[in-house]
Amino acid sequence: MSEYNMLEVNNLTKHYKVGAGKQVVHAVDNVSFCLEKGRTLGLVGESGCGKSSCARTIIRIYEPTSGQIILGEQDITTLSQKQLKPIRKKMQMIFQDPYASLNARMTVRDIIAEPLLAHKVVRTKEEANDYVYPMLERVGLTKEHANRYAHEFSGGQRQRVGIARALVLQPDLVICDEPISALDVSIQAQVINLLKDYQEEQGLSYLFIAHDLSMVRYVSDDVGVMYLGNLVEMCESNEIYKNPLHPYTKGLLGGIPIPNPKLARQKITSSIEGDLPSPINPPSGCRFHTRCPYAKSICSEAAPDMKILESGHSVACHLYE
Amino acid sequence: MEPVLTVKNLKTSFMTSNGEVQAVRGVSFQVEKGEILGIVGESGSGKSVTSMSILRLLADTAKIVDGEVIFGGNDLTKVTNRKMREIRGEKIAMIFQDPMSSLNPLIPVGEQVAEMIRVHHKELSKDELNEKVFELFGQVRIPEPEKRYKSYPHEFSGGMRQRVMIAMALANRPELLIADEPTTALDVTIQDQILKQLRALQKEYETSIIFITHDLGVVAELCERVIVMYGGLIMEEATIDDIFEHPKHPYTLGLLESIPAIDQEKANRLSPIPGSPPDMTKPPIGCPFAPRCPYARQICASECPEYVNINDTHRSMCWLLDPDAPADNNPFYSL
Repeated sequence: MSEYNMLEVNNLTKHYKVGAGKQVVHAVDNVSFCLEKGRTLGLVGESGCGKSSCARTIIRIYEPTSGQIILGEQDITTLSQKQLKPIRKKMQMIFQDPYASLNARMTVRDIIAEPLLAHKVVRTKEEANDYVYPMLERVGLTKEHANRYAHEFSGGQRQRVGIARALVLQPDLVICDEPISALDVSIQAQVINLLKDYQEEQGLSYLFIAHDLSMVRYVSDDVGVMYLGNLVEMCESNEIYKNPLHPYTKGLLGGIPIPNPKLARQKITSSIEGDLPSPINPPSGCRFHTRCPYAKSICSEAAPDMKILESGHSVACHLYE
Repeated sequence: MEPVLTVKNLKTSFMTSNGEVQAVRGVSFQVEKGEILGIVGESGSGKSVTSMSILRLLADTAKIVDGEVIFGGNDLTKVTNRKMREIRGEKIAMIFQDPMSSLNPLIPVGEQVAEMIRVHHKELSKDELNEKVFELFGQVRIPEPEKRYKSYPHEFSGGMRQRVMIAMALANRPELLIADEPTTALDVTIQDQILKQLRALQKEYETSIIFITHDLGVVAELCERVIVMYGGLIMEEATIDDIFEHPKHPYTLGLLESIPAIDQEKANRLSPIPGSPPDMTKPPIGCPFAPRCPYARQICASECPEYVNINDTHRSMCWLLDPDAPADNNPFYSL
């Protein structure tokens, strides 16, 4: 294990039992990756591909079915909730929906002070103000906002409150689960700039989950592409756009609408046909073979292993074996 | 040629306990036959209320305060409810953002599409209706139409549900289709499939489409002309190429700059538009974008500018384009 790794995930698997325990949803299957200190790893994929399950399992909101989660140098996979408490201080989360993730009955001050009090960083609410006010200013709000309730804010401002709550403990790792999907275009860039500036100052790591590929590429140093619970491709973020290898990644990129009418007219790349299969009975072999234009007979028989190619580019596809 | 739809000075307000919310404050535009017109704007810009006003599908608290909506020689703001029902679904159809909440969960999807045809064509027999539904399902590429006819909405994925909505909207070959963020809830791969299909069906049927979205990428791929809305007003209207290559309004420019290009250098910061959209219970007296505009002058806060025609198809509402605007200093720049 490298001393620079903030987070290491080995063969993480999360299965949910549904239908009175008779069926199993394969939400995350055998996912492994490393996130270095001070860097951002983007996870992308369609809805239902397991990216959010993966994030929530890493932060132990969900219990992993198997695999290993190493934060810093500590294996946190099997720690009890009590043992986890000091760990949670280092690992925070920003949620997708700024309307649902803030308590409507708490003032902004109380929302941001709560993690400080819970982790006994401060003893009283008065002491917490020393942290809350600078944090509010840091995320672009003011002291005057502290006594207001979440419903008095716009979506973008609420997301800033959610970010302030996550950052106030000065965590080493922040998991951002679609932090900008619910925001307007003009506001998204504000939030992204805020997250990037804070990372430059504090050197923390982000696990950034989103379905907007152009934003993920812009934010992340490395990008992992997930499909139906599997990590299918992973590499440096510019590389994934210049040289996508997995047919799924190619299709995903081909589906992005290009905000340039001239280029859009010339677009020849095509997206993927069909829908995501059910994760209850995922297809045999490579899970993408049902929608893959290049599928061979082996693809439905054996699951491809993740192969590291020379460029530091990993891909799980039979085309590259 | 006569435009399919002409909206003149439309004003729609919501009467709430906090006072009158002026959602749409004087919007005029036309839709030509067979064209795809995009309406772009952030939440609260009035783009959805405009489309709901056209079809008179507004909530009870909302009221069309002023303006005309001319369609097929009638002013839709004035026709009887009965006449309006004949137009909805037959002449003008609509696709909504969330296909789950716009389909009835208790009725098989095929029957819902059949109902759409039956209310306007009572003469058709059950077999004829079914035949039409199968044909429509085939056109929107729902596999195994006969089998899928009896499925319920919950058995469909989001993309498939949206296909059902499109089948329903096109069932009577409407002259105008209003699509309100039809792909926003869908994944990019499914969005791509749906957009391709809309384009193909539009060519085949020669339907005019009003496509409402906040995604400039989708607009670039689909539309021929664009209206940019902000604060209940049209800020800029132009052909798709003009909007992207020669934007004249600072808001349009701001929108274009706040999305990262696919090859954006990571060292280059994104340039977001500062601040947040205006509170429409107290709409700004001047240009609604002035408090967020990096180029705003004194006059922008006190007076709303007139439209300036840049060419036959391009107009924009901004004091910067007005040669007579006073050129004094820039009080908002510090924001």
